[in-house]
Amino acid sequence: MDLFDILVSILGSTIRLSVPLVFTALAGLFSERAGVFDIGLEGKMLAAAFAAACAAYVTGSPWLGLLAGIGVSVAFSILHGFASITNRGNQIVSGVAINFFVAGLTIVLGQAWFGQGGRTPQLPPDGRFSPIILPGADALRGVPVVGPLYANVISGNNILTYMAFLAVPISWWILYRTRFGLRLRAVGENPGAVDTAGISVTWLRYRAVICAGILCGFSGTYLAVAQSAAFIKDMSAGKGYIALAALIFAKWKPVPVMFACLLFGFLDAFANFMQGKAIPGIGEVPVQIFQALPYVLTCVLLAGFIGVARPPKAGGVPYTKER
Amino acid sequence: MSQAPANERAAIELVGIDKKFGAVHANKNINLSVAKGSIHGIIGENGAGKSTLMSILYGFYHADSGEIRIDGKPVAIRDSQAAIAAGIGMVHQHFMLVENFTVLENLMLGAEGGMLLKGGVTRARGELKRLASDYGLEVDPDAVVEELAVGLQQRVEILKAMYRGAEILILDEPTGVLTPAEADHLFRILKVLRDQGKTVILITHKLREIMAITDTVSVMRRGEMVATRKTSETTVEELAELMVGRRVLLRVEKGAANPGAVVLSVKNLTVKDGRGVTMVDNVSFDVRAGEIVGIAGVAGNGQSELLEAISGIRPPTSGEILIDGIPIGRADPARLRDLGLAHIPEDRHHMGLVLRFEEYENAILGYHRDPKYGGMFLDLDAIRKDAVDKIEKYDIRPPNPRLKTANFSGGNQQKIVVAREIERDPKLLLIGQPTRGVDIGAIEFIHRRIIDMRDAGKAQLLVSVELDEIRALSDRILVMFAGQIVGEKTADAGEQTLGLMMAGIAA
Repeated sequence: MDLFDILVSILGSTIRLSVPLVFTALAGLFSERAGVFDIGLEGKMLAAAFAAACAAYVTGSPWLGLLAGIGVSVAFSILHGFASITNRGNQIVSGVAINFFVAGLTIVLGQAWFGQGGRTPQLPPDGRFSPIILPGADALRGVPVVGPLYANVISGNNILTYMAFLAVPISWWILYRTRFGLRLRAVGENPGAVDTAGISVTWLRYRAVICAGILCGFSGTYLAVAQSAAFIKDMSAGKGYIALAALIFAKWKPVPVMFACLLFGFLDAFANFMQGKAIPGIGEVPVQIFQALPYVLTCVLLAGFIGVARPPKAGGVPYTKER
Repeated sequence: MSQAPANERAAIELVGIDKKFGAVHANKNINLSVAKGSIHGIIGENGAGKSTLMSILYGFYHADSGEIRIDGKPVAIRDSQAAIAAGIGMVHQHFMLVENFTVLENLMLGAEGGMLLKGGVTRARGELKRLASDYGLEVDPDAVVEELAVGLQQRVEILKAMYRGAEILILDEPTGVLTPAEADHLFRILKVLRDQGKTVILITHKLREIMAITDTVSVMRRGEMVATRKTSETTVEELAELMVGRRVLLRVEKGAANPGAVVLSVKNLTVKDGRGVTMVDNVSFDVRAGEIVGIAGVAGNGQSELLEAISGIRPPTSGEILIDGIPIGRADPARLRDLGLAHIPEDRHHMGLVLRFEEYENAILGYHRDPKYGGMFLDLDAIRKDAVDKIEKYDIRPPNPRLKTANFSGGNQQKIVVAREIERDPKLLLIGQPTRGVDIGAIEFIHRRIIDMRDAGKAQLLVSVELDEIRALSDRILVMFAGQIVGEKTADAGEQTLGLMMAGIAA
């Protein structure tokens, strides 16, 4: 393989590995811009993956799997909302509780229903979202540079991948061009301003966490029904936290969120590629070093190398009227 | 009690408004009539029920009983949306603005005019232009709010109300955060609004503002509306008495000072702030035993940094500070307290108190190492007894040392700080903004204590942005501008003279 082929292959897997991060980070964006911290992204993603895998297995339809994933994820969002918006509980505690609860529940239910050690049964090919070959991909394959990039990076992904990258401009448009977006950004900065304008803070924040639930539903479904063909225990593997890191890195803005997720996806793809390969002059390096890169990067970035990240001012603070 | 004349058309009438919060009777059978096209002041001490009444008008709370009539018709104000629809606009004491939004975005919030922002933006831009020319409310529509001066931010709040079609504008303590010039500008705007037929309700505890701008004034005390007067037919003294319920000395009487030896000596002091900007620039002065030296100046001209340097909170960049002739070097606040310095900080919430603590804990804060409080292990009985003594002596209400400090009114919180510092019997007392956000009854009390300290031969350095306060208390006045002391005057210096010096125009 020459260098260009290697690059194409790494870029291809960068895209695939970024998808769940993009969905999840956008989910966090909606929730946190509305002033509700969401550490439970991980749990919602995992719950959605499990629900999607079960539903797709039972019905044979990936679309019904997606629907189930979204439904379950939204249910957990509403739970988070009930704890932290209605009852003004601590948002971090509520999120962490969801993460723990889901990690255990998926295994227990999976074992009870399918008896495969917490896994769900393997999905048949038409029970999954399969790759879509874009028109002209095969014809263009021979064209130097552009051809392989189009055929192997842009084309050949499943529908959810395209949806993820479409979700970025849509999220931007919703946040900055609609009434809902204006109010959502306002309620994360100063809920008092929203309340005195005659808008319900509670209902607005619920809608924001429901948006987050929907997006986590997509990311979970992607893991179990597109990237893999079954639910495997703990398959979210910290992606929810990486997405949160990407969100902070991107300063809570949709387009930078996409680039941050691509960066983390790239590091992941690079780590996979380096598995078992020797570095010239050093020799073989344990793969764990590369696998650790995204986490090391997260630490370094969050330690302040990104300039001042200004979180939504009312983030994490339950709203109470004065007195 | 008395009502405004009935022959004027009322924009808004409150009839028998009553509101209880648990055991607290915040509003007792309030009757009020506000004439259309007038500026109506509502005064009262903190906790008199002004804010509750206005919150009921704006739909934040619901009255337990009573009726609100607008233009003669009864209306139910269930929430803020209903208040806005009824033509009521409110400018809150703490601005309800989204700081990282532009002026335009803040204006549109809640009145976007459709699912998408596009049409609304154009409309808001046009409307903003019209409001600017009609009322002199000019502000850059694309400026980000947090980058605007406080006075302009307030203007955005007024614009928000006008944009929503407010006919009745309520302003809650609007001048608390403004410089005197900004306050004057605000008053001009309010007069324009009145002349164009709008009705303005001004809530304040500053008597001077009431006299300067209102047509009619109503006084509240302990949840009741005790009087309504035409402003032209009343006096500051009468209003103060109605507010407090007894005669109040607006200016505490004091004899001549009897200065002794120099206690505090500041020599060529220069202090830079965290950004490296020089805030105090080569300042020198002395404070003697038995005198009060006042530092006058508009906020932000280095007074805060000066206090911080002398109290050991911020290390000086150069120069010397001596107490009893001994250079303090870089001594920390604890060491300075041992040397006989006490400090009433400018901001009681950030520096003076821990609001979540119970009263008795705040009553010893900073002196908690004192052996009489137990030293290593706190002697709670001794501390609480000590707190009860101070509560009695300073008339802190409610008299409960176990109450969370946040639940005391501003005036009583300030008394907790003042009691703590003065009762240490220091030889040098630094005082920053002793009566900010404090009602007039408590102001009289605190001023009396400060004069007593002087007569007991203590040296005191007073910083205040209230020129009246400086003039009432100081024996000598130093004026600070841009980090320098631009002049020294005696206590009888005219307001005009000092005002010009504070603006850096005269020396």
